[in-house]
Amino acid sequence: MTTASAATPSPAAADDLGGGAGTALAPPSAPSAPSMWRRKPGGWLAVLPLLLFIAVAFGLPALAIAIGAFTTTDDAPGGAQWTTGNLSLSVHGAYFTALMGSVKLSALTALLGVVLGLPLAQAVVTSRFRALREAVLAASGVLANFGGVPLAFAFVATLGNSGELTKLFHLGDHGWSLYTFSGLTLVYLYFLVPLMVLTITPALEGLRVQWREAAQNNGATARQYWLHVALPVLAPSLLGGFVLLFGSAFAAYATAAAMVGSSVPLITLQIADALSGNVLVGQGNVALALSLDMILIAGLVMAVYVPLQRRSARWLR
Amino acid sequence: MTATATEASAVRDAGGATVEFRGLRRVFGTTTALDGLDLTIRPGELVALLGPSGCGKTTALRIVAGFEQPDAGQVLVDGEDVTGVPAHRRNAGMVFQSYSLFPHLSAADNVAFGLRMRGVGTAARRKRATELLELVGLPEHGDRFPHQLSGGQQQRIALARALALEPKVLLLDEPLSALDAKVRVTLRDEIRRLQLELGITTLFVTHDQEEALSTADRVAVMHGGRLEQCAPPAELYDTPATAFVAEFVGTMNRIPGRTGNDGTVEVLGRRLPSRGEARPDTGVDALVRPEALDVTPGGDARVVTASFHGAVTRLTLALADGTTLKADVPSHRAPELPAGAAVTVGLPDRPVLVDDRTA
Repeated sequence: MTTASAATPSPAAADDLGGGAGTALAPPSAPSAPSMWRRKPGGWLAVLPLLLFIAVAFGLPALAIAIGAFTTTDDAPGGAQWTTGNLSLSVHGAYFTALMGSVKLSALTALLGVVLGLPLAQAVVTSRFRALREAVLAASGVLANFGGVPLAFAFVATLGNSGELTKLFHLGDHGWSLYTFSGLTLVYLYFLVPLMVLTITPALEGLRVQWREAAQNNGATARQYWLHVALPVLAPSLLGGFVLLFGSAFAAYATAAAMVGSSVPLITLQIADALSGNVLVGQGNVALALSLDMILIAGLVMAVYVPLQRRSARWLR
Repeated sequence: MTATATEASAVRDAGGATVEFRGLRRVFGTTTALDGLDLTIRPGELVALLGPSGCGKTTALRIVAGFEQPDAGQVLVDGEDVTGVPAHRRNAGMVFQSYSLFPHLSAADNVAFGLRMRGVGTAARRKRATELLELVGLPEHGDRFPHQLSGGQQQRIALARALALEPKVLLLDEPLSALDAKVRVTLRDEIRRLQLELGITTLFVTHDQEEALSTADRVAVMHGGRLEQCAPPAELYDTPATAFVAEFVGTMNRIPGRTGNDGTVEVLGRRLPSRGEARPDTGVDALVRPEALDVTPGGDARVVTASFHGAVTRLTLALADGTTLKADVPSHRAPELPAGAAVTVGLPDRPVLVDDRTA
């Protein structure tokens, strides 16, 4: 039997004539900090545990480092007193070379990590094979945290002077040595590239298909799409990834210590040597000055990163 | 949004092109999205592709844009086969459903994006973007980023961007579906006005029949990857070619009847010429619009409910055999046909579309 089917244009819709389109929405503006403070005086209470944690876990050690870096030890001639000697020593000679070595290694590996991690992550994101995609992401999670002595041993056994691949391909005859700046770069990339894949994957997933198609529709080639749309949209994430990788490489110690010892000058190795008195005794406060240098460099990187990030993400505000 | 002659001339040079689909076929896994689509869109015409989800309308549009390749068949623009031409070389501007503006570019830069890709200089780009922003009624919004614009404004910018390269064909992929009702109606009218002023051949994909009927020169109703009917809105509504079109567009009653051996159908006690495919001497459903039914007081049918719709009142009627019908009567007649009233239901003197009985 039957009956009235389908829908009729609703009278309500028909009555919706006039006005509406183009009525500008005010640009969404974030409430200013003072007004938020007025509205939610209890807001700071919620963040108190975090502030306390930062004060204990970062503030106190940083303060101790700063004080130590500017004082002499108790057993120094004349006892403990204020000095800039430690800091001065930390930016001269072998220490300075090590500081620059760390900066160069970190910057290079971070850059390579970004450059290699981005296409790899893009391949993962666009893969039609879901299982492969999941496997690569899971492996990245493991490899990004695979460092220290086990990683060093893995590379020594594979690409060291007597490593399997070194022997198989006679790499030594071609001038290959794992225990150099280049060798260390390769080893660092082993955990930095997966870290970049993990970091950038969510951002790549956020690139809308419509943007690519709209770009094509406007005459953009694949290269132009990446250059004018995808990379600018990804820029804040890429910068963030670079900083993360830089920090990770800059602070790495165990891998380098196990692999190259002191043959590649790095700041973390110098700090360890100074603390343990490997070269000279009583260099503890110089180690603290070197640590302060590291904090300052990290701060410098952030000082460059923040305005760049703000500029690249101005369309997000 | 009022397009001046100067502004409109900014894109008029493109003119309208003929677009032809020839035997388009596209299969996704086990789903056949297009099953031999043939359709010709005339220069300067606005054709709405209308149909339920999965009928293939968006696939057809994406094939014109170059985002999909057909498994078989051709797309011709002005007689030239563009099936193998990559998307970035097709002269077709497209407005997407939503969220397609580049988020890192201002409205003006979004509009000028295509010109930038073609290496047009900054000054020329800026001038053209300004013209197009004026054309879509947003001359003051060039510096805003997409997230600072309302949904309707974003779609206007997307329309300006689609027109920036003076395309031969304008493709609209449900551009109004993410907007609220008021904005949808206004923007729909503005798109139509602009399309007429520019004379650009336009394909408009929608699942909203009201949108299609009120905007298009012709409406192409698709079902299961095939074209059911392509006709002007009034013709589509008044003389639907198939039962699917009849029921998809507007409201339709199914009234039990029986076909004769002479191309007629007996329904509601009358014998009328029949349209549609039905075997002789079988039980069928006659498809009749609510406004085509003639309702008069007295008889063996009954008014179940009366619902006021402004100019018309919709009656729900129960026939003696239990069949339920919808009938629209002028509201001034509603007082004589209250709920519970006995009535007679009559049919107009014209051929009736018949279909296999569904229940």
